[in-house]
Parts: sequence; C-alpha cells; structure tokens
Amino acid sequence: MIRVCPLSALPPGEALRVDAEPPIAVFHTDDGEVFAVDDTCTHQDASLADGWLEGCEIECPLHASKFDLRTGAVDAPPAKLPIRTHTVHIEDDHICVELSDAQPNLPPGVTFGSKS
Amino acid sequence: MRAVTIVGASLAGLYTAQALRTQGYDGEVVVIGDERARPYDRPPLSKEFLAGKIEADVLTLESADDDLDARWLLGSPAVSLNPATREVVLADGTRIGSDAVVIATGARARALPGTRQLAGVHSLRTIEDAAALRSELLPGARLVVIGAGFIGGEVAATAKALGLDVTVVEAMASPLAGPLGTQMGAVVSGLHEANGVALRCGVGVERIVGTGRVEAVQLVDGTLLPADVVVVGIGAIPNVEWLIRSGVALGNGIECDHQGRTGIPGVLAVGDCAAWYDQRLGRTHRVEHWTGAMERPAIAVAALLGGDGSSTDRLAGIPYFWSDQYDVRIQFAGHVIEADSVTVEEGAADSHNLLAVYRRGDVPVGVLGMNQARLFGRWRRQLNAAVPV
Ligand SMILES: Cc1cc2nc3c(=O)[nH]c(=O)nc-3n(C[C@H](O)[C@H](O)[C@H](O)COP(=O)(O)OP(=O)(O)OC[C@H]3O[C@@H](n4cnc5c(N)ncnc54)[C@H](O)[C@@H]3O)c2cc1C
Ligand code: FES
Repeated sequence: MIRVCPLSALPPGEALRVDAEPPIAVFHTDDGEVFAVDDTCTHQDASLADGWLEGCEIECPLHASKFDLRTGAVDAPPAKLPIRTHTVHIEDDHICVELSDAQPNLPPGVTFGSKS
Repeated sequence: MRAVTIVGASLAGLYTAQALRTQGYDGEVVVIGDERARPYDRPPLSKEFLAGKIEADVLTLESADDDLDARWLLGSPAVSLNPATREVVLADGTRIGSDAVVIATGARARALPGTRQLAGVHSLRTIEDAAALRSELLPGARLVVIGAGFIGGEVAATAKALGLDVTVVEAMASPLAGPLGTQMGAVVSGLHEANGVALRCGVGVERIVGTGRVEAVQLVDGTLLPADVVVVGIGAIPNVEWLIRSGVALGNGIECDHQGRTGIPGVLAVGDCAAWYDQRLGRTHRVEHWTGAMERPAIAVAALLGGDGSSTDRLAGIPYFWSDQYDVRIQFAGHVIEADSVTVEEGAADSHNLLAVYRRGDVPVGVLGMNQARLFGRWRRQLNAAVPV
C-alpha cells in the first residue's frame, strides 16, 4: 500500500504522478472520485498524469488514446492494451493506493527499475 | 455503396478501413499496398527501432481484434486510376473496380539531387531502410546527417546515444526552421550542441565523396566532412505520380476540400499524400504528420458515407506533431507561417524545457512544448477550440 498524499492536496480535475516501479498516476475526477492506474501509456512512452481528464476518462497527451479509469479499458486507439488499474482507498483523508499484482501492460521497449 | 478501394496500406489506409467499419459500412473493402508488409508504424524507425530497443514485430498497426474483413492486395503498386469508372490498375495487371476510392499513398524520402547512391548513404522511410541503417550505426563510426528536420534530428540523437561521432548539416539557419521558425529552431541547435553533436547550419552540400562506398561529404564552402555513414533527411515527396493522368488535381499533394474530397466524385485522399483545404490558412496544405494520417480518415469516411457533405461538417484538428530528440520530447501544434511573434511562456530555452506560444497580433496560432506535455496539451486543446476566422 502506498500512502500518496492528503486528499486535499489533489483537487478535483488534477492528477499526480507517483514514483514507483512502474510509476503510477492518481486522478481526482470532477465528480470527486479518485482512481489510480499505471502512469505509462500502453501505446508508447508517455505519462498519463500529463493527459486530459474528462469524466472517468483519461486521454494520453501524445497520441490521444483514451482509457476508462474505472476498468482500464481502451476507449479510443491507437492503444490496443488496457492500462492496469490499482485500488484506491481513502484512509484518514489520505489517498492510499493498493498496487495491483497483475502484469503491467508497459509499451514495447520501456522498462523500469533495476534491469538485470 | 457496395465496394470501397483504399490505395496505400499504411497508417492512413488502415485507419480508413477501420473508420469504414466503425461507421457502419458493411460492403467490400479492398486495400492495395506496394509494400509487402502489413501496415506498420514509422515513427519508431528513427527512434526505438533504430536504437535497437524494439524489434519489427511490435511495429504492427493492426490489432488482434480488428475485424476489418478487408481484402489485402500487397506487393504491387497502383499505377493508374480511371476517373470515370474509378477503376484502379496495379502494376501486375490486376484491375479493381469500386464505388469509391480512398487514396492513402503517403510520401517517400526525397533524394539528394545529383548524388549517386553509394554504399553507406541512407534515407529513412521504410522498415527496410531502418534495418539497413541500423546495421551500420556502429560505435565510433562517423555519421554525417544531411538535413536537420525531424528525421535528421532524431537519427542524430539516436546515433549519438549509440556512440557514433555525429555531424549534422543544415542548409537553413537552424534545425526545424520550417516547422518551428528560426527563433525556436535555435533552441533545437542548442539541444544538439549540448549533446555533443556538431551542427553546421546555413551551408549546403556540394557532393558526397566516395567510390563504391561513401568517404566524405563536401559542403559548398569547401569543407570536407569525413564520413563512414551518411543519412539524407531532406524531406518527403508525396506519392502521387501514379495519378498524373487521372484528372485528380495535384499540387503539393492531392488537392482536397476540408474533408478529403478530391474534385472527382467518389475519390478522396488522406494522410501524407493529401493536401486538405485548411480554413485557418485559407488554402490547401499538406500535413505530413502521424496524427493527421490517423485522425483524418474518420472525417473523410464520414464525408464519403454521408454523401453530400452538408450534413457532415466535422473539421480536422490543427496540425500536430511530436519528435523525440535526446531526452527532449518536442510537441508542436498550429501553423508557424501565420505567426508574427513567439514568446516563451514557461520554462527556459537553455534548459530545453519550455512552452512557447506563437501569435499573430495577440491571437495564438501555434504552440510549442519541450518536455511540457501537460501544458502543451491544454494549449493545443484551446487552439483547436478557437473558431477559425
Ligand atoms: C522515420 C520516420 C519517423 C517519423 N516520426 C514521426 C514523429 O515522430 N511524429 C510525427 O508526427 N510523424 C512522424 N513521422 C511521419 C508519419 O510516420 C507519417 O505522417 C505517416 O506514416 C503517414 O501515413 P500515411 O499512411 O499517410 O503514409 P505512409 O506511411 O507514407 O504510407 C503510404 C503507403 O502507401 C504505399 N504506396 C505508395 N504509393 C503506392 C501506390 N502507387 N500503390 C500502392 N501503395 C502505394 C507506400 O509504400 C506506403 O506503404 C515519421 C515518419 C518516418 C518515416
Ligand atoms: S503514447 Fe499514449 S497514445 Fe501513444
């Protein structure tokens, strides 16, 4: 579990990139929901935290793939693979992220952490 | 409509086929392509693929669950189009008749005039080009890149990271002077220099020296740049010669209205080969960037299936491109040519981290980001939302 920040530090409509391996993007939607997904687009190397948040959908800042933050599903190409989603808990007004143990769908050629 | 033929089996051709299906067309689709390969992605050819970080298998543009039900005729180019019958004839003699033809034949690398092809001299447009160049990018080799446009800049950056000794020659006053203007082009000069790549701007190439294999590049000022490998990156030419007798209007690319219709009923054009009417510029303009080739087919297909065009007034977004050079992601949207000023609004030139806005008078007409994806995206959205006057 990663304790990200106080909820009040991430206003609605905003996003935050959390340094992890691989990095995570946390979004606070205008409707007040908080979602966490892998930060790196599944298409190529771009940070979804830099993207455009609309409702429960994030649009990638590089080629405009859209992902549903609730499920990770691809709503618009060019991405083909869903983005991995993580579970968010709000504990004492803090955003906490429980990392998924599924395999991430990192784009080809992108790696994080200690490469052996 | 029962049959649509798409000529050109790359990004714009594939997205045309996809748009036909997602917009409900259930007739026959034929895709003609002169390359043998199924559609693949070109941008990585100067980046991750050239660097050896990814292989050809991940470049494929189709996805496993695409259900296009198209007939692919690959390996033989289209050589003519009959405007009255819309029949397309291939080099191998095959004739394809249909109700509509969407042209997506893209562009090819421009060759350096007056130079013979020597071993070690490369251009970069196809997967074969990239594989051939990649095999010669050996650490310690001397690479001269002719042209500091997107491809030249990216090849220089990739080769530098691979340990080559790199010199870039550019006839204009700065890299990317056309697409970014010379003021921001100068920032890109700084980027090359900061990364240890030598840059020679404002000087043309006289000739490529060598017998059998390249030995040097001679500049018009007499300088001789020794070279083991040369990459010519001096722009691209639209693949439209096969249409010369078709009656389709050709300028710099295929002349189209704002939704891709040519003057011939049932014949449209998309992607790098097409010059759509641009309402902001008040003239046709050929866009040769990935996002245009990906997004515009849906607009053209809507125009095709919708018929008269009055019902479909979807507009193309302003031209947008990105380029990855060294550790900088360059993003640009809009038209430099409209601007009379450019100001850095965020970050700084020497840090190669900035957002610059191009304006005509006080109206924003373009935006440039270097490692400023978030802010850039907001500006691009705003520019797209602004109604052209
Ligand atoms: C190395 C490289 C790096 C790039 N990087 C970027 C980038 O970072 N950002 C960006 O925005 N853009 C980039 N681009 C540009 C982008 O790839 C193009 O805009 C895009 O490929 C255009 O797609 P298209 O389908 O219109 O044309 P193309 O991809 O050129 O495809 C046209 C296809 O039609 C075929 N064809 C031609 N003539 C005929 C004929 N007579 N009959 C049948 N088939 C024919 C061609 O062989 C080709 O397969 C890059 C391009 C290259 C080459
Ligand atoms: S990197 Fe996200 S859509 Fe291409």
